[in-house]
Amino acid sequence: MKKILVIGATSAIAEQCARIWAARGDAIYLVARNQERLKAIASDLKVRGAAQVDTYRIDLNDIDSHIVLLDAAELAMGGIDTMLIAHGTLSNQEICEKNVEDMLAEIKTNALSVISLLTLIANRFEAKRAGSIAVISSVAGDRGRASNYVYGSAKALVTTFTSGLRQRLYKSNVAVVTIKPGFVDTPMTASTKKGLLWAKPDAVAEKIVQAIDKRKEEVYVPAFWWAAMAIIKVIPKNIFKKIKI
Amino acid sequence: MERAVIKKSPFAKSISGWGGYPIQDANVITPLSLSAFNTELEQHSSLIARGMGRSYGDSANAEVVLETTYCDHFIAFDVATGLLSAEAGATLRDILKVTVRHGWFLPVTPGTSFVTLGGAIASDVHGKNHHIAGTLGQYVKSITILLGTGEVVTTSSTQLPDLFHATCGGMGLTGVILKATIQLIPIKSASITQKTIKVKSLEEVCEAFEVNCAAPYSVAWIDCLTTDQHLGRSILMVGEHGESGGLDLRIKNPITVPMYAPAALLNSLTMRAFNGAYWAKAAHNKTQTIPLLPYFYPLDAIGGWNKLYGKVGFLQYQFVLPKTDGVNNMRKILTQIAQSGAGSFLAVLKQFGSANQNLLSFPIEGYALALDFKMSQSTISLLHKLDDMVAGMGGRIYLTKDAVMQEQTFKKTYPTWEEFEGVRQKFGAIGKFASAQSKRLGLA
Repeated sequence: MKKILVIGATSAIAEQCARIWAARGDAIYLVARNQERLKAIASDLKVRGAAQVDTYRIDLNDIDSHIVLLDAAELAMGGIDTMLIAHGTLSNQEICEKNVEDMLAEIKTNALSVISLLTLIANRFEAKRAGSIAVISSVAGDRGRASNYVYGSAKALVTTFTSGLRQRLYKSNVAVVTIKPGFVDTPMTASTKKGLLWAKPDAVAEKIVQAIDKRKEEVYVPAFWWAAMAIIKVIPKNIFKKIKI
Repeated sequence: MERAVIKKSPFAKSISGWGGYPIQDANVITPLSLSAFNTELEQHSSLIARGMGRSYGDSANAEVVLETTYCDHFIAFDVATGLLSAEAGATLRDILKVTVRHGWFLPVTPGTSFVTLGGAIASDVHGKNHHIAGTLGQYVKSITILLGTGEVVTTSSTQLPDLFHATCGGMGLTGVILKATIQLIPIKSASITQKTIKVKSLEEVCEAFEVNCAAPYSVAWIDCLTTDQHLGRSILMVGEHGESGGLDLRIKNPITVPMYAPAALLNSLTMRAFNGAYWAKAAHNKTQTIPLLPYFYPLDAIGGWNKLYGKVGFLQYQFVLPKTDGVNNMRKILTQIAQSGAGSFLAVLKQFGSANQNLLSFPIEGYALALDFKMSQSTISLLHKLDDMVAGMGGRIYLTKDAVMQEQTFKKTYPTWEEFEGVRQKFGAIGKFASAQSKRLGLA
């Protein structure tokens, strides 16, 4: 039985991961903002076989409370083996372009609150020389694009941060897994038109859980996004600036 | 093909039932929690709940649909008693993943596991065990439903029984089913012992249903393409839950049909070949052990099999005829179908037990036949002709599969429709819940 802390537990991807862990009989600590949904997910995971499920209501932008949150999770489960960070918002690019406050708020939710949690858990895992950290970043962080560069740059910060953290924690036997989903059909993307490139959250979750099990470094889910982003990354800047992609 | 035109919203999508006809532009809303359904209800004048979109026609089509996709949580499961509570969006497949390993199975299941609990109740689904077990509604202990008034109430056969009997089989027209508790049945094994009986005519298959009426599950594949002396040649498959072999569900992800098949693929020639081969391959009096999933849900192994009919889609047609004179009447209908030349790829015959108290529930005691036809204008005319025959014989058409029935046929064959409307009136459903189907059938 693993003890798993899920941050942003009401996100569709995180919830699907939690269902897989519940079926395995793991203990799960759910952290999110919406009490009603936390409660619904908790009873669901118990029915699916989780050894223990606890919930914690928090607005993760309240960065000062992160320490208390981690203490509570450790106390409830008697330690933490794996932490999945999955919270985030899909920023409205247009609003972010017009309003500095909104733009910074997006960066705070999608990047600053994430690296705060990463810093705190990294020290705890480093001290006990064990643990796995998985973070949902995004393909959007691979290259800034006009259509969503605020969200993208927050994710770029997360990707770069986890890259450094992975190197630092390697000698302490702590795995840091950076997950880069492409388009996933979730409530976060409900207003976007779906096409062939879109994946379902349960399929994405299966790959994420596998990547965590195998202590992978960085994974694109679905895998074809690795190739797609490799191409997008090599387009010369003088051409890239002119195209709509 | 008519398309409803509505103001484009960011959530506008083209939706259809599993048959792919008719198609409708809809504002598809996916509430994230049960309380959010109420918020949506306040904001829209008329809507219908939608689950997996597996009813075949337009019963979950409307300009505004509330999808239960994200409200699919289990609430409680008692492994000692087999009582299961879940939100409406939980699929039967999800339920089986959780319950089979503890030795519990669905008391009644339709031919696909990719339907939601809410949808299954709204359709009052039946299965291969109808002659013994009745419909799913008979195992529903309670339903939590959001009414048109915004009120959330719990209903059961003893609590607001009029609402309960209108909601089971009520096609979502009494309110939004939010949660339900059902009684599962105990099993000792995740396998089914199946016996195949090959019979050469309609009379023989109906006799074989009688002879095997003690078997919990029975269903017959029937060849609808042969005329004359072979008319009604069938393969009856009777099954019962196994006694051994463990409780592992052995679930596999379906292989997916990646795109619509060319329109010409399923024609009378290929269908005839398929039906001929199916008949030739089946062995008489053979007993075999098969896992639960392929036994109950053979088509679930092929994701998106509906695309095999091409973009035009298909019409499912399921009717039931009363037992009295049932064989003769069935022969008349089969002859009509065979003469029309409209082939049905798969035709499934089932003997039904007695009807229940649910107002719009489909089954009545007799013989039910399910067919599918490629969508075309001539298919619609054929179905209207068949509708008249079925209605004249005292039978009726399954609302969950219907896409083209006319108002007068519905009102004649579901005589309790007025009582149904009365219950809807009483609980504030009129003007609040409506589907393309309910409008076509002349419900308020």
